[in-house]
Amino acid sequence: MHDASRRRLRGTALPVLLLAGWWAAFRFGWSDSPLLVAPSQVWDTAARLSGDGTLWRALGASLARDLAGFVLGSLAGFGVGIALGLSRLLENLVGPTLHTVKQVSLLAWIPLISVWFGLGDLAKVVFLALAAFFPVVLNTFEGIRGVPRELVEVARVFALTPLQLLCRVVLPAALPSIFNGIHLALIYAWLATLGAEYLLTSGIGIGNLLTDGREHLWMDQVLLGIVIVGAVGFTLNWLAGAIEARLLRWRGTSTGQY
Amino acid sequence: MTARIETSTLPAFAVPRLPSLSHAAVTRLALSWPLPLAVLLLWHLAATFEWLPPQILPPPAVVATTFVDLVRTGELPDNLWISLGRVLAGFAAGGAAGLVLGVAMGLSPTTRDVLYPSFRAIAQVPSLGWLPLLMLLVGLGEALKIILIAKAAFVPVALNTYQGLRGVPTRYIEVARVYRFTRWQLLVKVVFPAAFPQVWNGVRYGLTHAWLALVAVELLASSEGLGFMIVYGRQLYQLDVVLAAVVVVGTVGYLLDRLLTVLEQRLLRWRHDAF
Repeated sequence: MHDASRRRLRGTALPVLLLAGWWAAFRFGWSDSPLLVAPSQVWDTAARLSGDGTLWRALGASLARDLAGFVLGSLAGFGVGIALGLSRLLENLVGPTLHTVKQVSLLAWIPLISVWFGLGDLAKVVFLALAAFFPVVLNTFEGIRGVPRELVEVARVFALTPLQLLCRVVLPAALPSIFNGIHLALIYAWLATLGAEYLLTSGIGIGNLLTDGREHLWMDQVLLGIVIVGAVGFTLNWLAGAIEARLLRWRGTSTGQY
Repeated sequence: MTARIETSTLPAFAVPRLPSLSHAAVTRLALSWPLPLAVLLLWHLAATFEWLPPQILPPPAVVATTFVDLVRTGELPDNLWISLGRVLAGFAAGGAAGLVLGVAMGLSPTTRDVLYPSFRAIAQVPSLGWLPLLMLLVGLGEALKIILIAKAAFVPVALNTYQGLRGVPTRYIEVARVYRFTRWQLLVKVVFPAAFPQVWNGVRYGLTHAWLALVAVELLASSEGLGFMIVYGRQLYQLDVVLAAVVVVGTVGYLLDRLLTVLEQRLLRWRHDAF
């Protein structure tokens, strides 16, 4: 316990030092750049923007978009992944194409998507769905292919119907890999939310907050935006980890007995 | 980016190998063609019968012609070299820094305790989040691109190096103790070789991320490079240029990753030969 608290203390040393340096640089006027804003000013901006609701509207818009794209993309990815995992024929037909398309940097799709779907929310959600689709498809596929042959054989012995086989044996066995894909999709989708808001600048969102701040040289708003982006990413990541741990608990306990 | 992206193994569909021309391989190869051909045919039909206006969907033949033209005029190669130069510079800088930090954190618990939390916090914010701040701090010049690409490469390399070093089995180190290895020998002969596969994984992710970051930053703030070609092609509604550039972006990304995989096999063979 004592050891852990010392480690935590060491971990805070650097951020505290940086904050102190920032504060001192402002306090003693080491730099007269207009870009150097006081730490307190960032705080004030945070208070102001959350007070008049700007921040919450932006955050809400970004998260709603994120969620919509994530759900659509993962569902599609899940479906396609199962189909590819269960059928060799489909895998051979679709796999190579999918693998090739995957190589294109995600953001490179935005210009095309903007021509095809406009600059509004539809285009953003389509892009987000694309971002979430690939990790889920690949991991679902891998998970199903990785199901041990013996499990399926046992299921055959018990004469399970194909649906029972899928729901009771294949999917549970593939679950860790599927979750891994969903976890990745959550992160990619958040990343893509930012990218979509940067490149498709219509509408509101955290990305627009950042670009606005940059265009007007509002350093405080930019810094605030970065903190929020990091915090949201962290929260999503943590949330996914927590849900995953809970849903996969049955695996942990069954192996824990040995 | 977070640890999840860098450390998880992104699965791939059957990596194409040189076909040994077995029956199964031929079948697989043959089966991989219908879908792209069908899409191409549909695309061609859509363009021919003008289901969609050509500004929105240029016919495949036009894209191919544009591609050849762009190569012949030197526009595509020029932009490609600029992009490759940037990605290599940023990747070299970020990768080297990542290796140093990863080794430092992997070997010294104190360094780890001091730096790791801050490192994770910085890594948590995606590269795109840093972009506006960097634009304000260093302007729109070349430095912006290199820094952003370096950051994208830095995180996975540092993380995987650190985890690779920490994951070296204690048994190995005990054996080395028995043989009375010096600390230097221990590092060079035991720790680094054992950590190598994961470190290399980090390098591969680093290069992939560097390429992604390059395209992003060129799309947002650049007047040359592949990303810029995409943006200005879109602004002029020349989707043929956009599509040609998108294909090149995908191909280069794929080739960079393949290159590192081949290199890895080389390096690992050397490792096996040495023992």
